Amino acid sequence: MDALSSWFAILDATLRVSTPLILAAMAGLFSERSGIIDISLEGKMLAAAFAAGAMAAVSGSAWFALGAGIVVSVMLALLHGFACITHRGNQVVSGLAINILASGLTVVLGIAWFRRGGQTPTLSGDARFRPLELPFADALSGTPIVGPFYADVVSGHNVLVYTAFAVVALTSWIVYKTRFGLRLRAVGENPLAVDTAGLSVSRLRYGAVAICGVFAGIAGTYLSTAQNASFVREMTAGQGYIALAAVIFGKWRPLPAMLACLMFGFLDAVAIRLQGVELPYIGEVPVQAIQALPYILTVVLLAGFIGKAIAPKAIGVPFVKER
Amino acid sequence: MTEYALELRGITKRFGAVVANRDIDLAVRRGCIHGIVGENGAGKSTLMSILYGFYQADEGDIFIRGAPANIHGSQDAIAAGIGMVHQHFMLVDTFSVLENVVLGAETRRLLEPNTRNARAELARLAEEYGLAIDVDAITGQLPVGEQQRVEILKALYRHADILILDEPTGVLTPQEADQLFRVLRSLKERGVTVILITHKLREIIDVTDDVSVLRLGQMVAHRHTSETSMQELAELMVGRSLVETDYSRREALNADAPVAIDVHDLALQTASGAMRLDGVDLQVRRGEILGVAGVAGNGQSALLEVLSGMVAPTAGRFVINGREAKPDDMPDPSEMRALRINHVPEDRLKLGLIKAFTAAESSLLGYQRAEKFNWRGFLRLDVIKDLCESLMQGFDVRPVNPKLRSASFSGGNQQKLILARELDKEPDVLLVGQPTRGVDIGAIELIHERLVAMRDAGCAILLVSVELDEIMALADRIVVMYEGKIVGEVAKADADKATLGLMMANAHNIAQPVRS
Amino acid sequence: MSINTASVPLPGWIEVLVIPVLNVLMALFFAGLIMLAIGVDPIEALGLMIRGALGDDYSLGYTLYYTTNFIFTGLAVAVAFHASLFNIGGEGQAYIGGLGVAVVFLLLDRYLPAILLVPIGIAAAGLFGAAWAFIPAWLQAYRGSHIVITTIMFNFIAASLMVYLLVNVLIQPGQMSPESRQFDPSGWMPSMKMALAPFGIDLVNTPLNLSLVVALICCVLVWLYIWRTRWGYELRTAGFSEPAARYAGIRPRGVIISAMCLSGALAGFVAVNEIMGVHHRLLLNFPAGYGFTGIAVALMGRNHPVGIVMASLLFGVLYQGGAELAFEIPTITREMVVAIQGLIILFCGALALMLRPWVVRVYLVIRPVGSLEREAA
Repeated sequence: MDALSSWFAILDATLRVSTPLILAAMAGLFSERSGIIDISLEGKMLAAAFAAGAMAAVSGSAWFALGAGIVVSVMLALLHGFACITHRGNQVVSGLAINILASGLTVVLGIAWFRRGGQTPTLSGDARFRPLELPFADALSGTPIVGPFYADVVSGHNVLVYTAFAVVALTSWIVYKTRFGLRLRAVGENPLAVDTAGLSVSRLRYGAVAICGVFAGIAGTYLSTAQNASFVREMTAGQGYIALAAVIFGKWRPLPAMLACLMFGFLDAVAIRLQGVELPYIGEVPVQAIQALPYILTVVLLAGFIGKAIAPKAIGVPFVKER
Repeated sequence: MTEYALELRGITKRFGAVVANRDIDLAVRRGCIHGIVGENGAGKSTLMSILYGFYQADEGDIFIRGAPANIHGSQDAIAAGIGMVHQHFMLVDTFSVLENVVLGAETRRLLEPNTRNARAELARLAEEYGLAIDVDAITGQLPVGEQQRVEILKALYRHADILILDEPTGVLTPQEADQLFRVLRSLKERGVTVILITHKLREIIDVTDDVSVLRLGQMVAHRHTSETSMQELAELMVGRSLVETDYSRREALNADAPVAIDVHDLALQTASGAMRLDGVDLQVRRGEILGVAGVAGNGQSALLEVLSGMVAPTAGRFVINGREAKPDDMPDPSEMRALRINHVPEDRLKLGLIKAFTAAESSLLGYQRAEKFNWRGFLRLDVIKDLCESLMQGFDVRPVNPKLRSASFSGGNQQKLILARELDKEPDVLLVGQPTRGVDIGAIELIHERLVAMRDAGCAILLVSVELDEIMALADRIVVMYEGKIVGEVAKADADKATLGLMMANAHNIAQPVRS
Repeated sequence: MSINTASVPLPGWIEVLVIPVLNVLMALFFAGLIMLAIGVDPIEALGLMIRGALGDDYSLGYTLYYTTNFIFTGLAVAVAFHASLFNIGGEGQAYIGGLGVAVVFLLLDRYLPAILLVPIGIAAAGLFGAAWAFIPAWLQAYRGSHIVITTIMFNFIAASLMVYLLVNVLIQPGQMSPESRQFDPSGWMPSMKMALAPFGIDLVNTPLNLSLVVALICCVLVWLYIWRTRWGYELRTAGFSEPAARYAGIRPRGVIISAMCLSGALAGFVAVNEIMGVHHRLLLNFPAGYGFTGIAVALMGRNHPVGIVMASLLFGVLYQGGAELAFEIPTITREMVVAIQGLIILFCGALALMLRPWVVRVYLVIRPVGSLEREAA
């Protein structure tokens, strides 16, 4: 059973590294579906991670930390909206500004407040989201395969991991089953049609970027209070961009985007284990190659070599009412 | 209770120094079809945009069913019972018909109950007005006529009792247009007030009860349709009696003149499989103007794009000024220009010039590689500026200022600049699309005279226009396009509007059932 | 009556000078607020920064050294912008440009004289940078991939590739840190001190080197290319309208590829300054965000070489002044400059039009009498 348990370990790790990707991907999906390009997932996650890490250190409560992370992320999302919706600014430029601002500001404030070279104090106890043991783990332990799978892979994660999957279901439901979802999809395809139907394009888009802020805030909070025990400078390390890649990879649909996140997370989880390992036929795969794989795959997908990713039609175009 | 569904009093709308609508009065009777005619640029669309809340009028009042109305946005218009079918459909292509109809009119937060209601309501509307449609079809994949039907259904679903249609037949086949008019009549019978905006007089005469004429932003006449004629309306639209300028030839066309454009079985198929051109054959001799008539969107644009080298055909071949072109061996537009084949594009703002460029820069477009404008890799800006100035003087482009941004010129002056640029090169072959679209009357005459002068100088001209009058005035021969095919050809002498109209509808060679 | 301020034309000097300067001031105002928030007196900090950046030959040398990088990356972004392409990949292109220098020098630097090596090194930096930009350009032109996304991805791919190469291939044998060996001095870009010494000008030793001259030459060449040649004309035409370009016999695909390659080459020249001019060896992460700063520079400089030089100087002052500031005030780090950079991109880029309606209102009040009438006439 050794091989099996090491596979379980990999799957367990996959869930842990995929969680922030999934949350951020759902965040990005809302923004992009409304027609607003969001390359600022990275910055929102980073700022939220810092806010959560700082709040957890000060208050000692992971839940307060979550609140702080969400608030900061939503504020940045609204700033993005203010630039892109109200002032019709370039969406890529705005996103980039937010990323750079977050990258600088988290360190500046971190050093000013905590004097630990940009880190926040190490968290322990209730200041972190702790693993939850799900019920029935013991009862199932006798069952072969299913028992250990349930105990090792499914159970034992913190609440934010389960939240991430709930968020996918929620996103899917909102996008496809609700009035807001219908309008959201419409506004990303043809905002003029939405406007002539008597709806406010701006209000819909602000709503979408605000939801985007909430989910990106949870993703950031996860990084500093669940996956790690403090904020570390630049701790997002490109995960916001990977999440964006997953949105594209999933063709702007919730479930496929989640699967892309799991795939990218899986690659990350195996990358560490593959270091120095000779694979049959392939030989030793450099860890950097596996790390770059999500980006390479996304480029290949965008190039239309494996299916075609068709973006919402109005994405990136500011809505101008008076012509 | 007033007999008017809609009344406008003293509506004025300015854009900067331009007055788009000046002191407009309009009264639309309940349950009637009311036509509004005017040339392109007469202010029809602005007026309707005010009614639908896109723009706010600077002055004046709107009354709906006798009550003053404030329309600040689409929502107010919808609430007031106004429905609008825009020239460019306001539909989400990726949505089903049902989703498009429901969008914005959902009363419940969940989608399901809304779509269920809509499904039932659409079935009822289909029954009542003869507006049957597959509600689960993806809208973007429907034919244009059915997409328009979705727009009408959208309005009815929102309980509109005043329906405005903006140039609804511009994109329709004649059959689709007939169907539309049947629907409009049945709407009228059930008490819906219809406002039909168009520049096609035939439609006004055929379906409307009342008609109002807009000219240069002002309402110049209101008539009961039964008490007017196309001739009167046309005169009102252009504001003078129509005197056909005589462009007939001083000398007969030389039947032995060399063929400059020789097209064989030309086809252009889009990626989605539609045939934009389908087995086109035509010839144009030097010193001849061939007019290409047809309802917009029947392949005329594709013909210009292929012949000018912008798009490669998917089958067939053509010889143009001695150069043979085939799908796998196509000269590009710059080679065409080198072959003395010039092209005045249909869409001047998209193709003909760059709005952000100065007039001088725009007057170089397409000729940037010509030897006389280049010196060791650098552009000779002084030469370019001088040329632009002389083009402007020669074609009466105002103001004569090569440094002014192209966007700052009026539409007519932009068009004259483009024509000047292309005609100045004295081409052997000239491809012209809609040369006078949106151009004022004075400029139209100038443009027509220049084209005729080019013809007399031996240039082979292929003229595409949706204005039958223009084609009949200028062309030596006329071909009519329909769904990518050439469906008829007439010599100038035999051309009359009735025949051409039948051809444009592709109805001329369908045997009419004999009625006793 | 409400006025539609967007349609009111403003004189050129207001559009080109007043509004951008106001935007920068907004950014600096918010930077000041951040400083206040962390207990630093912004006025004092500003004084320290300016002195630290321009106070003496030494700081000026550093400032101009940073400026050099920003001119390269700013021009890179601007050239692509004129073709309506957003090249976010300057960072990766600069990185790969460094690889080009290293490959050439590791192979040749012991055999060739400086007179050949330096031009070859510059060419290699440009070629490799261009090659790294070529792939996203090709994908955009022939496969329709969104260039913003692909260039972002290529930054990450470049980073992974360089780590792999430096750790496994290019590392100096027997060394622990992932760096190449030092190049032979014949391949070094002469420092400004060395270059000016023969003219009797004595400078202190700073990283400033002749790359600054290369950068200024690039400014002139880019200006000539964009506004004075037919290739530039075609590039701008395609940038404004793809259909018009096709009408004019311009292949939009060709423009995409040539503009991106030129852009990538300019970004690659960062390696000339950093690798040939300063470090003299290839090392990890040497582009240090200069590629991203180039976006801010191009936005501030309105994609014109003159504006780019001025914006680069401002960023040079910020970088060098920021470093001095971090040295003087312990609560401030160099990341303060990153935050200011974010604010500048925000206010000069995304919110560039935010202040315009206010400027229009002020202008309508104070404009010279009769100017509107003249416009109308």
